[in-house]
Amino acid sequence: MSGAIDITASDLKLESKAPTGPLAEKWSKHKFDLKLVNPANKRRYRVIVVGSGLAGASAASSLGELGYHVDCFCFQDSPRRAHSIAAQGGINAAKNYQNDGDSIFRLFYDTIKGGDFRAREANVHRLAECSVDIIDHCTALGVPFAREYGGQLANRSFGGAQVSRTFYARGQTGQQLLLGAYSSLSRMIELGRVKMHSRAEMLDLVLVDGHAKGIVTRDLVSGEIKAWAADAVVLATGGYGNVFYLSTNAQGCNVTATYRAYKRGAAFANPCFTQIHPTCIPVHGDQQSKLTLMSESLRNDGRIWVPKAKSDTRGAAQIPEAERDYYLERKYPSFGNLVPRDIASRAAKQVCDEGRGVGPGGLGVYLDFAKAISEKGKRDIEGKYGNLFDMYAKITAEDPYATPMRIYPAVHYTMGGLWVDYNLMSNVPGLFVLGEANFSDHGANRLGASALMQGLSDGYFVIPYTVGGYLAGEKPGKAGVDHAAFGEVVSTVKSRSHKLLSIQGNKSPRQFHRALGQIMWERCGMARNAAGLEKAVTDIRALRAEFWENVKVLGDGSAVNTSLEMAGRVADFLEFGEIMCVDAWHRQESCGGHFREEFQTEEGEARRDDDGFAYVAAWMHRGDGKVPSLAKEPLSFENVKLSQRSYK
Amino acid sequence: MSTQKNMNLTLQVWRQKSKRDAGGFKTYQAKNISPDQSFLEMLDVVNEDLIAKGEEPIAFDHDCREGICGMCSLFINGAPHGGFPGTTTCQLHMRHFKDGDEITIEPWRAKPFPVLKDLIVDRTSFDRLVQAGGYISVNTGGAPDANAVPIPKKDADLAMDAASCIGCGACVAACPNASAMLFVSAKISQLRHLPQGEAERKKRALNMLNRADQEGFGSCRNHFECEAACPKDIPRRVMAEAYRDYIEASALREE
Repeated sequence: MSGAIDITASDLKLESKAPTGPLAEKWSKHKFDLKLVNPANKRRYRVIVVGSGLAGASAASSLGELGYHVDCFCFQDSPRRAHSIAAQGGINAAKNYQNDGDSIFRLFYDTIKGGDFRAREANVHRLAECSVDIIDHCTALGVPFAREYGGQLANRSFGGAQVSRTFYARGQTGQQLLLGAYSSLSRMIELGRVKMHSRAEMLDLVLVDGHAKGIVTRDLVSGEIKAWAADAVVLATGGYGNVFYLSTNAQGCNVTATYRAYKRGAAFANPCFTQIHPTCIPVHGDQQSKLTLMSESLRNDGRIWVPKAKSDTRGAAQIPEAERDYYLERKYPSFGNLVPRDIASRAAKQVCDEGRGVGPGGLGVYLDFAKAISEKGKRDIEGKYGNLFDMYAKITAEDPYATPMRIYPAVHYTMGGLWVDYNLMSNVPGLFVLGEANFSDHGANRLGASALMQGLSDGYFVIPYTVGGYLAGEKPGKAGVDHAAFGEVVSTVKSRSHKLLSIQGNKSPRQFHRALGQIMWERCGMARNAAGLEKAVTDIRALRAEFWENVKVLGDGSAVNTSLEMAGRVADFLEFGEIMCVDAWHRQESCGGHFREEFQTEEGEARRDDDGFAYVAAWMHRGDGKVPSLAKEPLSFENVKLSQRSYK
Repeated sequence: MSTQKNMNLTLQVWRQKSKRDAGGFKTYQAKNISPDQSFLEMLDVVNEDLIAKGEEPIAFDHDCREGICGMCSLFINGAPHGGFPGTTTCQLHMRHFKDGDEITIEPWRAKPFPVLKDLIVDRTSFDRLVQAGGYISVNTGGAPDANAVPIPKKDADLAMDAASCIGCGACVAACPNASAMLFVSAKISQLRHLPQGEAERKKRALNMLNRADQEGFGSCRNHFECEAACPKDIPRRVMAEAYRDYIEASALREE
C-alpha cells in the first residue's frame, strides 16, 4: 500500500478458528471439541479478570463457580460501578415470546446486516444462540425485568429491529443486569473463589514465553505498583470512546489495558469503527466533561425534525407543520425515525451542516413528542419515558412535555477492539478479550440493545468453555511473580509513572485530552476524508510530543493521585488516536459508523466496497513512533447474502 | 439552557492528605461558573485553576456523571448530594446556586466509610454487606425458561423500585447513627418480591443485617433521614420488609 501514510503488511497469520460445519451447529460442535479441565484440577489454575462490567463480572463469577481461582480487578471503588451500569434501553434476545417472527437466525441476520457485513458470521450466530440463555439466567438471578399484567416478560422493539425482542428494566436495564452479575460475583467473593481488587488499575501485561501470564497494576490508594501472576488473563476493560474527550462514556473509561496489550503484541482490530449515538443531549459549553445519552427507545414515539428553512431562529412552537422537515420519515419511509444509529446520526449531521440545526451553535435537531402525547395521552408517555424526560429537564432546564427535546449525536460505543478468534482469545496465547474490549460481533455498527447481550454472552456462556480449552493444554502455575519477566515489566511501569511526575510542565492532563478530542471529533468523527485524517495524524504526533515535554502532574506516586491516573490514560489515548486515524485512512470505503466522504452514493449514503475491504483490519505494534503493520482476516459470508443496507 | 449569568462562588472544601492525616477546610474561589455546568464540572474548573497555581487538585470520586454508577458522593452544604430531591452530585447543576454563594463541601462522614483522601471515602464495607447474602445462589447454566414462572407486574414493580439503589452511601451519610438499613433493605426487598428469591429470604435478611453490625454501621432509629437523602427515592417500606424477614429468621431460629 502506498500513500501519505506508509503502511506495511504484517506477517501475522490470523486464524479465526471458527469451526466448520453448518452455522447452527458450530457452537455445539465446538463446545464438544474443546478440551476440559478435570474438576479437581480447576482449583490449581489461576485466572486474572480485568474489569468488572457485564463481561468481566459475569466471567469472573462463572469461572469462580467452575472452581478456578479468580483475581478480579477494577479501577473504581467497587465492581458495581462499571460503566455497563449506564446502559438504559435494553437487551436483545431471540426468545420470540411475541410470536412476531423472531428467531435465532433472524437476530443473527439483523446483527450481521446492521454491522454492515463486517463481522464474523460464526461469532454472531453464537451470540444470537446465547441470547436466549442470558434472559433465563438473569431472571433466575433476580433481575427485575419489566412484566406484563399476566406476569410474562415484556418486550419492546428497539433500534432498527422489526420484531419486539428487547427485554428491559425501566430505563435502567444495564444497571439491573450489572447488579445481577455483581451479585453473583459477590457470592463468589464470599465463598473465597474470587479475590476482588478494587481501586486497582492495570497498567501493563506480562508475557512469559509468548503467553499472557500476568499483569502489573497500580493500587490507586497506596500507589503501589505490583505484579500478579496467573495461568490466563481475561481483559474485559470496555471501549475507548473517551479518545474523543467528550462522549457518553464514564470519566474513567480508557484504552490503557487493551492498548498496553497491543504494545505487548496483541493485534488491534478495526479501531476506526466507532458508534456515534443519535440521541444525546447537545453540548452546552466548553467546560462540559461528558455528554448524556437519552435512550433511543425515545425514537419509538418521538419524531425527529428540523426547520425546512436555513437559520430559522423561531422557537419550535412558532414553526408551522408545513415548514418542518421530518427528514428521517421523508428519506426512510419504511423505517422512519427507527433507522439504525449510524444512519440517524449522519442524517442529523447533514441537516446541521446545511445550516438547519437548532439550539446553540445550530448543533441540534428536535425530538418531538407532541403527536404521541396528543394521540396516546401524557400518562402513557410518562409511563414509558418518565425517567428520561426528568433527566432531560434536570440537565437542560427545559420541559420536554411542553417543548420538543433537542438532541445531537455523540460518541457512544466502539465496535473495534483487540482481535480475538472464535474462542475470544487474542493472537497472544492465554490473553482473552471480552465485551466491548474485543472487536468481534458488531462489525462496523452495533444495533441497539446488543452490547449488553454481547457482554453477558461472552462472560457467562463463552469464556467458561474456551478458557478451559486453553488451560487444559497448560501446566498450572508455570510462572510466578518472581520470574524475571514480571520484574522487567514492573520497572517499565515504574519509570513511566516517574516520568509523568517529573516533567512538571505547564499544561494539565485535561487540557491535552480536550485538544486530542477536538482533533478526533473533527477529523475522525461522523465524516472522514483522507486529507483530514492525514492532518489528524500530524496534529496528534505534535500534541503527543508536547505532552511529554509539557504535561503537569502534581503530587507524588505513593498516594491517591487522580492527576497521575488521568495523565497515564491520556498518554495512551495520544498514541491510540493515531492508530484509529491510520485505520480510518486505510479503509477506503464507507461502512456502518465509518463514513468516508469520498465513498458515498449520489444520495449521500455509505458506499461499501466488498471486493476491497471485506476483511478485519488488525494492526500490529512495530515500535514507538512507527506506523503499525496491517494483518488481514478475510471475512467470508456463507449464510447471508452481502447486500446494500437499505432502510428506505 | 439557563438564562442565568455566569457566577463566582466561594468554596469551603475538606482537604485531607490520607487516611492517617488530620484534615481541615480550605477556601477556594470558583470563578466564571456557567449555570449549565454540573457541580462536578465546577470542581473540574477549580482543579484546573489549582493545577495552574501548582497546588494539588481536590480529589473526589466520580465516574458516569449521569447519576447511575453511584460513585460520586459529597456532602454539600450539610446534605448528601446537596439535598435536592432525586439528584446525585453529578446531576446537580449550578443553576441551583447564585452568584456570590458560599458552598461547603465535605466527604461522607461515617465510621465504616473512612476518608482516603480529600473527598474520597472507602465504601468497600457496602460490598461486604452484599457479599453476606445480597444475591440468589444460582450458578450459570441450567436456569428454567424465563417465562416459566409468571411474576405479577405489581411484584416486579415493587422489586424494581427497591433495585434502583445505586449504592452511593447517601443514606448512611445522612443518618445520625450511620445506619446502612436503607441500603441493606433495598436489596432484601428487591429479592423478597421475586419468587426466585424466596428460598433464601430469611437467611439473607439475617446475614446481611448481622454483617452491617459487624462492619460498624449503626442501628436504625427511624429518623428516616435516609429516605429523604436517597437520590433514587428508595422508600422506607423496604426497611419494614427487611425487619419482618429478620425477625422471622431470628425469632423462629430457623436459620
